[in-house]
Parts: sequence; C-alpha cells; structure tokens
Amino acid sequence: MLQVNDLHVTVEGNEILKGLTLTINAGEVHAIMGPNGAGKSTLSAVIAGKDGYEVTQGTVTFEGKDVLEMEIEERAQAGLLLGFQYPVEIPGVKNIYLLKAALNAQRVARGEGEMPAPEFMKLVKEKLGYMKMDASFLQRAVNEGFSGGEKKRNEILQMLVLQPKLAMLDEIDSGLDIDAMKVVADGVNSLRAQDRAILLVTHYQRLLDYIVPDKVHVLVDGRIVKSGDAELAKQLEANGYEGIEESVA
Amino acid sequence: MATEEMEQLVRREYKDGFVTDIESDTLPPGLDENTIAFISNKKGEPEWMLEWRLDAYRQWLKMEAPSWAHLDYPPIDYQSISYFSAPKRPEDRPQSLDEVDPKLLETYEKLGIPLHERAALAGVAVDAVFDSVSVATTFKKQLGEAGVIFCSISEAIRDYPELIKQYLGTVVPQNDNYFAALNSAVFTDGSFVFVPEGVTCPMELSTYFRINAANTGQFERTLIICESRAQVSYLEGCTAPMRDENQLHAAVVELVALDDAYIKYSTVQNWYPGDENGVGGIYNFVTKRGDCRGDRSRISWTQVETGSAITWKYPSCVLRGKDSIGEFYSVAVTNGRQQADTGTKMIHIGEGTRSYIVAKGISAGRSDQSYRGLVKIGPRAKGARNFTQCDSLLIGDKSGAHTFPYQEIGNSTATIEHEATTSKIGEDQLFYCQSRGISEEDAVSMIVNGFCKDVFQELPMEFAVEAEALLNVTLEGAVG
Repeated sequence: MLQVNDLHVTVEGNEILKGLTLTINAGEVHAIMGPNGAGKSTLSAVIAGKDGYEVTQGTVTFEGKDVLEMEIEERAQAGLLLGFQYPVEIPGVKNIYLLKAALNAQRVARGEGEMPAPEFMKLVKEKLGYMKMDASFLQRAVNEGFSGGEKKRNEILQMLVLQPKLAMLDEIDSGLDIDAMKVVADGVNSLRAQDRAILLVTHYQRLLDYIVPDKVHVLVDGRIVKSGDAELAKQLEANGYEGIEESVA
Repeated sequence: MATEEMEQLVRREYKDGFVTDIESDTLPPGLDENTIAFISNKKGEPEWMLEWRLDAYRQWLKMEAPSWAHLDYPPIDYQSISYFSAPKRPEDRPQSLDEVDPKLLETYEKLGIPLHERAALAGVAVDAVFDSVSVATTFKKQLGEAGVIFCSISEAIRDYPELIKQYLGTVVPQNDNYFAALNSAVFTDGSFVFVPEGVTCPMELSTYFRINAANTGQFERTLIICESRAQVSYLEGCTAPMRDENQLHAAVVELVALDDAYIKYSTVQNWYPGDENGVGGIYNFVTKRGDCRGDRSRISWTQVETGSAITWKYPSCVLRGKDSIGEFYSVAVTNGRQQADTGTKMIHIGEGTRSYIVAKGISAGRSDQSYRGLVKIGPRAKGARNFTQCDSLLIGDKSGAHTFPYQEIGNSTATIEHEATTSKIGEDQLFYCQSRGISEEDAVSMIVNGFCKDVFQELPMEFAVEAEALLNVTLEGAVG
C-alpha cells in the first residue's frame, strides 16, 4: 500500500530523515517509535504534504502513485489521512461543517457525489458514540477551547467519519490520561480492517498495550535501525532507546 | 463547502464588470454654481432646495480634502467629473417593472439580482437607483397602507417638503466634512424612508445602487426617519461595472431615530476595486451617521465592504437619547491594491447610553487596511458603556492592517472595553483543512468565513448568504 524508499528530508538546511525505507501493507498496523528529534513526526508530515520539508532523495508511493507529486488535498482524497499531534483551532468554523466539507470534498474527488445530509448526520452520530463524545461537539468551533483529550478524540472522530485507507496518527497518545487513552485506542482499533493500514507514531510504549501493532520500527537519527513485532516495543520499554542504539552500533 | 460557493470561486474576474448602453443625459465635466442650478432644475426642485445646495457649495469651496486617513491616492480633479447623468425619458418614468427598460432588467439579471423575482420571493420592496435616477419602485402600495413612505429623495423633496426641511442635514450638516459638503451641493438621488409613529415597517427595504455612466461621480443622499416606536430594516447593496477611470463616489446617509425607535441599516458593498494594478477602481468617500435622538432608541449598522479601490467610511452613531444604543458590525475585505480606512464613531451624549463595536478586517494581496474608531463619552453621559472588539486577519505577507482606536472619556462613570487582535491566516490552519481533502481556496474561504461569523449573523438571512459568496469571490487567488 505505502512504500517509502530511501527517503531523505531536509528542514531548514538540516537533514532530518537520512534514507528511511518502509513498506506498509493493507491490513497492517505499524508503530514507529524513537527518541525525541529522531524524525518520527517528520515522516508523517512529509507523507501528508506539509510545507517546509524538502525531499532531497528517495520516493514515497501510495497504491503505486507518486505521493510527493500530489497536492495536499489530493493525498487526503486518495485515502491518506494524518491525525495531528497538535490539532489547530479554527474559530467560527463549526466542527460539523469541517467534517461535512472534508467528507464531501473527498467523495466528490472520488466521483461519488456528496453524501445526503440525513445519511451524513446518521454516520456522524454513530461515530460520536464510539468516541464517547456529546453531540454538542459538532456545534463548537473546530478545536476551539477543546481540552487536550477532546482534541485527540476529535482527530479520531474525523478518521472514523472519513474512513481513510492509511491512517497516520502522530503522537495521538500525548497528553492523554488513561481513560481518554482507552477511548482513543478503542476508536483506532475500530478502524482496523483488511483493506486499511494504520501508522502510529509514538514516543511511549504504553499506547501499544491498547493498540497492538503488527510491526514496530525504531527510528533513530533519521533511519529505521530496527524492526520487529510488538515484542520489540516491550524491549524498548525495558531497555530504552540507548540500548537499541548500542546493539545496532 | 456548498456547491454554489465552489461555483462562485471558479469565477475569477470581477464578475459584475459589464456596461449597459442606455443613453445618458449627461452634463459635461465641471462644477460651478450653474452645474448645481442645472441639477436642481433637472430634479424640479423648489427654490429653497437650490439655495441649500448653493450654501453647501460655497462652504465646500472654502474646505480642504481631509488628509489624515491612511490612504494614498492622487489628488482628485473635481472639474474633470461630470455631475449629472440620468437615463433618457426622465419625465416618462415607468410605473411598474413591465415598463422598465428591458436593458436595465437584463443588467440586474447579469448581476444575479432578478429584481422582480427577488423582490416577490423575498417580500422586499426595491427602490432601484440606476445612475442617478430611480427607475423602478415596487411594493409602494403595501407600504402606503402601513403609512411608510419609501421613495427617491428627489420625489421626497417635491412631495414631502416639510419632512425634508425638518430633517435633511440635521444629522450630517452641509459643512460636516469635505465630502459631505460636496454631496450636499450636487447630490442627484438616493432614498427617503419615513416610518410613522408606532409602525413597524412590514418588509425589509432594499435599494440597489449602481454606478454606470463613465466618469460620472455618483452622489447619493439617503435619509431615513423612524418616529417614536417605529422600526425599519434597510438593506443597501452595490455593484458597479468595470471601468478604466477612477469613479468618485461620495454618499451621505442620515438616520434619525426618535423615542424607542429602531433602525437597522445593512450594507453589502462590492464596487469595482480596480484591476490587479489598482487601475480603474471606485473611490468611495461616504459619510454615514445615525442620530439616536429619542430615549431608548437604537441604531445598528452592519456592513460588509469588499469593493472599491479606496474606502473612506465611518458609519457612526450619535447617542443623544437617554439609554439609547448604537451598534456597528463590520467586515472589511481588501485584496489586490485596495485601500480601506474604515471604522466608526460612537458619540455618547445621553445618560445610560451603550455602544457595541465588532470590526473584522481581512487584508490580502498587497492591500492595506485601517480600522479607525472613536468612542467619545460626554460629561452628561452617566453610566455610558462601550464594548469594542476589532480583529484583523492578514492573508499572505504583502498586506497590511492598522488599528487606530481613539477614546475621549469625559465622564468617570463610563465603562469602556477594548479588545484587539491581529492574526495571520495560519499556514497550520490551511494545512489542517487541506490535509482533510479540502482545496486551498475552500479552506481559505472556510477560515475567513469563520473569522467573520460574529458579523454575518447580524445580517438579514439573504444578505448573509450573499455576503459569504461575495467574500469568496473577493478572496479568489489571495493565497498561493
């Protein structure tokens, strides 16, 4: 589904990713772990198309298409969706309006036509229930005055409504208490499907107790230095990233 | 994003740019006392009106154009402007839409303002000003039954001279400022509304102004009076055809609210802003002022300003009556090379007066915009209160936004609150929306509409929809 090959990325003249290679197949859940500054967030940001990241070498393809050639919105329309670590506030724009605009933009781009309003409302209400969110969330401005936990739940709500092929979640667990993390993890787990892949970027192992990944990759200094299964995350928890770095060296 | 809005976005050029070739009865350029006599005569005005105009003209000659605004434009040659232009057949004015020149109706169609349909559907009485003479008035009968007078100011001068003598120039005196004096001397048309005591106007009143004849200054004069316990909502919307010479526009609007009266005045202004180099846009120097003359009266200005090359406009309220209320809700959008210096004045004279200001400025392209607001609390305005919120949003890195708040507090019991923010349309906000599959232009329009929400919700429903669409058209290509 997603192939990242020898990806080199520079931000303001500093090389952050230094030859990253990664393959994600449909149905898989991958976790990228690593110390601060290793380039974890850079990877998902580059795939989503954020400005200010210069790809100097390498390729990213999604279902055979060159992702780096696509506009930001085209990537989302193709089924790549990024859940933000720090979702922005958009004053005056209702949450429900953003959801509807996003869903319909994606549907129209895929030639499906806009979703009829009653069907849309039914879908959103169902997903709200999953995320244990009150319907009043929909009438509030996007992320404005939301607590950290509410923002993260809102990101997952968008995922549930937009149903991407590849969901990338950047530090979705940061700042969550244990109850909120369970709700978020349940939401993510409900996304698991044969035709969908999930990429988790996380600093801590604890999220992976709730969302058990198929593959774990350790990202250190711009490269994946070690890959394994869910066990690898537990080793990291026990030995820290330094242990891995030493064993690789 | 609704499909209609997307379609609006696709239209890139100023979409109201076309010219209707109705033959004009136009005065050659130039301004002297003969010009004024000609206008007054054309209008069939009584002698006292001509004297009033000449008085204004003589005062104007001694005045100088204001230079304090944060605007940059070459000096205006008032002798190069023609001061009268009217469609032919002025004596033979149509009595109904059927009699209106089909070309004119066609013009409205192109503007997306199918006058008859729109008026009928929305229940709005429309007094259409085409160039300087009103050529269509509808719903007169229904208004007449309610006792509401809604006609052109020229008709009012002929038919209701006592009301005109009593109120004209009492809110904006002839010598109030340079442009008001010029307007007083040469105004050609505009609207007159009189709502008698205790009457709530049965429909929203709407006037579409349109500047058409080349190189012709347009000087409207509008006067709205609400007697005690009367109410009216007045909608003003403007578009103009594309032209290659700067067109001067200096309107005066006077509102008078007596005891417990309420006047709501809403404007959507979309005059031609000039091309990408700023050539050919409208110069808009407007004096709008409401006089809350009666106790507990209320005047509310709501404006959406997207057009004109230059805007100089400060809809204001004089809060004379005890416990009277003045409101100003404004969205001003500038793009390309547009310049706007706009804001409001709230003059608190009476006890317990309150004013509320919400101003939203959006600057894109290489445009420059200033908010200028005065809150003045007089010595007798015990317990007066003002709340001001003014927010600026910058799009791109070549636009400018400035805020000039002035406060003159002559009373220790007054309460003044002022909040101001300036923000740049966030790359992060754009990226967030786009990464959900929304195009950049739709994302900009979504963010900007969100920013303006507080003001849009003050507009009458149909106007709010129009305003949102207009905002999208104005900001096309503002990013990227």
